[in-house]
Amino acid sequence: MSTEKSAWRKAYEWHEARLPIVTWLDHSLGTKYPVPRNLNYWWNFGSLAMFMLAVMIFSGIILAMNYTPHVTMAFDSVERIMRDVNYGWLIRYMHANGASFFFIVVYIHIFRGMYYGSYKSPREVLWWLGILIYLAMMAAGFLGYVLPWGQMSFWGATVITSLFSAVPGVGDAIVTLLWGGFSVDNPTLNRFYSLHYLLPFVIVGLVFLHIWALHVPGANNPLGIDAAPADKIPFYPYYVAKDVFGLGVFIVIYFIVVFWAPNLLGDPANYEKANPMVTPPHIVPEWYYLAFYAILRSIPDKLTGVVAMFGAILILFALPWLDTSRVRSANFRPVFRVFFWIFVANAAMLTWCGAQLPEGPPLILGRIGTFWYFFHFFVLLPVLGWVETPKPLPASISQSVMKPAE
Amino acid sequence: MKKIILAAAAAAALAAPAALSTSLWAAEHIEIPKEEWSFNGVLGKFDKQQLQRGFQVYKDVCSACHGLQYIAFRHFEALGYSEEQVKALAAQYEVDDGPDENGDMFKRKAKASDYLPKPFPNDATARLANGGALPPDLSLMTKAREGGPDYVYHLLLGYEEPPAGVELMEGLSYNKYFAGHQIAMTKQLQDGLVTFADGAPNDAAHIAKDVTAFLHWAAEPNLEARHSTGLRVTLYALLFAVLAYFTKRRIWAKLGDH
Amino acid sequence: MANMAHAPAAEAEGETRRDFLLHTTIAMGAVGTGMMVWPLIHSMNPAADTLSLSTAEFNISGVAEGQRITVVWRGKPVFVAHRTAKEIDDARKVDLDELRDSQPDEARVIKGKDQYLILVGTCTHLGCIPMGVKATEPHGDYGGWFCPCHGSHYDTSGRIRRGPAPKNLEVPPYQFLSDTTVRIG
Repeated sequence: MSTEKSAWRKAYEWHEARLPIVTWLDHSLGTKYPVPRNLNYWWNFGSLAMFMLAVMIFSGIILAMNYTPHVTMAFDSVERIMRDVNYGWLIRYMHANGASFFFIVVYIHIFRGMYYGSYKSPREVLWWLGILIYLAMMAAGFLGYVLPWGQMSFWGATVITSLFSAVPGVGDAIVTLLWGGFSVDNPTLNRFYSLHYLLPFVIVGLVFLHIWALHVPGANNPLGIDAAPADKIPFYPYYVAKDVFGLGVFIVIYFIVVFWAPNLLGDPANYEKANPMVTPPHIVPEWYYLAFYAILRSIPDKLTGVVAMFGAILILFALPWLDTSRVRSANFRPVFRVFFWIFVANAAMLTWCGAQLPEGPPLILGRIGTFWYFFHFFVLLPVLGWVETPKPLPASISQSVMKPAE
Repeated sequence: MKKIILAAAAAAALAAPAALSTSLWAAEHIEIPKEEWSFNGVLGKFDKQQLQRGFQVYKDVCSACHGLQYIAFRHFEALGYSEEQVKALAAQYEVDDGPDENGDMFKRKAKASDYLPKPFPNDATARLANGGALPPDLSLMTKAREGGPDYVYHLLLGYEEPPAGVELMEGLSYNKYFAGHQIAMTKQLQDGLVTFADGAPNDAAHIAKDVTAFLHWAAEPNLEARHSTGLRVTLYALLFAVLAYFTKRRIWAKLGDH
Repeated sequence: MANMAHAPAAEAEGETRRDFLLHTTIAMGAVGTGMMVWPLIHSMNPAADTLSLSTAEFNISGVAEGQRITVVWRGKPVFVAHRTAKEIDDARKVDLDELRDSQPDEARVIKGKDQYLILVGTCTHLGCIPMGVKATEPHGDYGGWFCPCHGSHYDTSGRIRRGPAPKNLEVPPYQFLSDTTVRIG
């Protein structure tokens, strides 16, 4: 028994001397990765996002084995997956709803970063990489939604690609380039499929960099103060156990939607095959884009609307400098905390507005929401940093454990 | 803080007249009553007798104009028919095949693997036969409309005299549940229109119910597998989550303060 | 690092309970992962529509004596040969001990329809299509079929006689629905 063990040990050491992958993993997500001991459950969403990325890639690879990227066959091939491929319905529903759950998880992850000031020095690059992941996700989600070639796929693709026609001078040329023709058609579908397959692996690369950038300063924590070595615990087993529990709860919710409400988040119009001659009466993007769609529609000028919509995302890159407060965690910023929740509510309201017809009250609310969105970043955050008096920060995490601040 | 509230209030005040000046801000919302379906609920299943009746309605009434392009005869085994019954059923239909040795297309009896023949060879013929309107394929109808099976059921029964002041366009009928209320399909279902072999009631409401259930099966044939697999998988995940919770607590107990 | 000051007194008992919990959780996680992988794997098996197409019918009366044709079954070629008396005789006088995959010709045809030989037209070596259907193609040293990829020779019963192929050409399941109609599969 013991000789056998040492043979394994020898083989392990032989390999590790040549490629120290176990040591590397141990430092990345194992016993050698120290993490602040006071992380709450909002910190679970990073690992959940990685889980969803894996689900999307694996289910997507299988779907791609049965999908045909051609305008005459795409819709039919999806129906064949749903009806005849073994477990095809399950894999497709997991993928389609997986997109929504991936976004839910990532939105919570982003809001958590905003609440606890995880974007502030020295984590700016970590934050940037996160935004790049989010942008890549939005692109992948949009491209993927086109593939079933339903009515919403087609008209969503038409509307979103047409955004680029707002570019002065070369707009129409860009749109023709994106389409590979004079309307959304087979060449468009083919290139969207190619890019939809490519982007997840770009995201994997970005996630790798994101985690690398996380390891340089280490994780932030709910107090937002730098954690002393004594206040850190190893990622394994503590946070592995916590993440696994979080994953268990998460998949229960995910499965409930996949198995009992698989079309809840989808649009019925996408069960009709794309018809380039008939626009559905009410075009809406998937829910995770609605807030930005509301911003687009709030502005009556085409170019300004497009600039505002993209600006609403790109402004996140400047967040570490727009927020002038040196205190990270909103737990110690009583005024900012109120405005954080107003910001969240505003984002929810914009999401609602994005789903309505752009007329009357939803349009007005959308305009107020758009104004507030930019006001929050351009005025509130810088001013609050100067005028707000933060609560006294604890000297260390262990001190705060003795006397909980919140 | 005050300034911000003032700014927000000002923005709202500026925007208010615009709201009033817009007369129509949402299309008319048609409330669709909810129905009881055997396939609703955590372990909802199709009622196979009902599906067979619904198929009869489809065959005798709807199939004259509406196709079911994603349904092959072999799929009907899910309705409780045996393999032999399915073959016999398929043999009642003719499908195009070919070319034969002489290069000619020919008709042959359908096989279980064939898909249901389309009612019209192409959209143009379909429109020509239906006063310009294209009868949609029904394979996915209960998933392609807001309200799902409830909508389809009520649409089939929702024919009424147009309210005073509503001028119907030529060839259209008034339907309470159809978007815009003017529908090209005339009222199809009447009491006693079909007679069911199992002696089930055949008033218009029951016929509508049966054919809608059948169409929902056609749209979502894996519903039963989804429900039963779902229950097992979700309970397993739930148990795993509970165990993972206690494992987490055990592991963190070492730290003393959690 | 970790705060070990509060190590509980009932450490030993706690440890066993944790071990049991931990192992159960890990086992459930592993089994659960396996259960999620199964649909992904099974989805690669033939789908319901593919399985339903696994029969092919054709009219055999058009195949003249001495003629060989190819029909398609499950996306593969199936050889149908209407053998001459000499070809049947050649196939039956072979000493069965000489054969690599020993099988009498009688077991490869339907009794009373001995002249018709129906074979899956893929070489049992690595799946190429043997030549010999057309009269102008090489028939190999035994008058049957010859696989050009790696030089396997099959006789007039489709049995392997020479070359790297390990087995005879496969006889698919088939039946005569009538005197002239054959269904494969």
